Amino acid sequence: MELILQGIIKAFHLLISFDPEVMSITWLSLKISGTATFISLFIGVSIGVAVALNDFFGKRLVISIINTGMGLPPVVVGLFVTIMIWRSGPFGFLEILYTPHAMIIAQAIIATPIVMGISLAAIQNLPPNLRLQILSLGASRLQMVWVLVKESRLPLLAAVMAGFGGVISEIGASIMVGGNIKGYSRVLTTATVMETGKGNFDLAIALGIILLLLAFTINFMLTQIQQRQ
Amino acid sequence: MKQSLLLSVENLVVKRGKVTVLNVNELKVFPGRTLALIGPNGAGKSTLLLTLAGLLPIESGRLYFQSRLMNTSSALAMLRRNIAVVFQEPLLLNMTVEKNVAVGLKFRNLSRAEIKESVDKALAYFGIEHLAKRAAKTLSGGESKRVSLARAFAIKPKVILLDEAFNSLDPPTREAIIDDLQNILQKTKITAVLALHDREETLRLAQDVVVMSEGKIIQQGATAQVFHQPVNEYIANFVGTEVILEGVVKKSQAGLMDVAVNGNIIEAAGEFKTGQKVCCCLRPENITVSKTMPGKISARNVFKGKVIKVLRQAYFYKLTLDCGFILSAYITMPSFDEMNIREGSTLAVSFKATAVHVIKR
Repeated sequence: MELILQGIIKAFHLLISFDPEVMSITWLSLKISGTATFISLFIGVSIGVAVALNDFFGKRLVISIINTGMGLPPVVVGLFVTIMIWRSGPFGFLEILYTPHAMIIAQAIIATPIVMGISLAAIQNLPPNLRLQILSLGASRLQMVWVLVKESRLPLLAAVMAGFGGVISEIGASIMVGGNIKGYSRVLTTATVMETGKGNFDLAIALGIILLLLAFTINFMLTQIQQRQ
Repeated sequence: MKQSLLLSVENLVVKRGKVTVLNVNELKVFPGRTLALIGPNGAGKSTLLLTLAGLLPIESGRLYFQSRLMNTSSALAMLRRNIAVVFQEPLLLNMTVEKNVAVGLKFRNLSRAEIKESVDKALAYFGIEHLAKRAAKTLSGGESKRVSLARAFAIKPKVILLDEAFNSLDPPTREAIIDDLQNILQKTKITAVLALHDREETLRLAQDVVVMSEGKIIQQGATAQVFHQPVNEYIANFVGTEVILEGVVKKSQAGLMDVAVNGNIIEAAGEFKTGQKVCCCLRPENITVSKTMPGKISARNVFKGKVIKVLRQAYFYKLTLDCGFILSAYITMPSFDEMNIREGSTLAVSFKATAVHVIKR
């Protein structure tokens, strides 16, 4: 009990004093996961919308694959990305293993199917005749797609939340491709694991609280936007 | 030949999967007129509307718009810019009423001032100016319907296509919306094709009727003509057994109107304005016939009529009478025998003013 109490007190001290190390880890986490979510938003929404709006052979198979991808285990993604960018791997020449870039790639791979699956479902959930209604009002195909995306903005925001929430709290892939290098590729989750292992519970608790606060703040902001409608 | 037509199709086949859902030899839509598509559920009315709008792929056959063949995607895109479809459900976007009505105009990249002008006009057409700033999803069913109609009219289409747009509305709302639509169609002279489910709506709105069944057109022509000669049982039921007489209100006073029908005056209960074009509907069971002209009688309408046809039905006879206009009357077998009626007999025909159901045309 003493341990926990002391940990929490020290954690708040670290937070209030804006400890430089804690701040830099937090900032890096935000940058990496934010960028990864942003990338996944582009790829996920465009492919999700394209799959939803077109009929083609094997569509159900593709949808099943996307839905499976929504639960992609981060360690598997980490393993896959590591192999790809390993010195002797197909993308070894990029020399990005153990860099934040590798972490962004891995996290984007984790978030993309989540965003894709949710946007696919969102577009499919719109009334079937809405597409025809928009086209019949004189929209070009691009204008039609844009209106549909705007119509499903609420579930798309949910997709952003789910994607971001998934990657900021993810550890397996980040530690494998990032390497948890101090001041370079150390993020909230990898740092928490390490500090816990070392017995530095105060720091670990502080990092844990920040992670929770971060997730809460982002989701709170997005929920505000969502509920405003 | 297609010069005067706005829309037409020839040998049109539309399939859904492997099933043929539409097989239409010929359909003509004349400019400035309203055409009603009627027929049972699943007859292909909606499919035909969507095909006319260039929204469904055509298996074979030709679709013409202003005598141009619509066979390329750019031609179909051009077609879609000239039509507007109103679906059964309002399909409003999650934004304000004003923005919903503006959406078609925005697709056309019009200037802000032009959009504002057209939106205001369309809102006024349907009496919904006061809803402009409201969120579309807070509207009632009738209000949503008006917004979706206003959105379609705002783009000033050459043809407006309506798919059973009045279903699921309560009767007074429905009545009011049909009233507005009728006025707007008459005022703007926009060509319209409407899939309809109701006899009175068809009579009020449409000059031409196409009867559909199982993806085919089985009868087409002017509304009165189709209604007088129903081609099958569905249409006969749809039309009802009533006789429909077109006329004009000559006098209207204290709930009683004089309606001129083919040179005769029929007195009918109702309060339409003088000069209003109407249809008078009369049920055969409400017509009384007698050998001699009746004396003092409460029925406001007494005519001399000649029996031109006698049709024996299960328990009664159906007489077709020429009184200067054509009427049908049912009479029972004993009456028929006692009165010794023959084709060519002259009879007195009477009916009450309240038996005349008057519909605005």
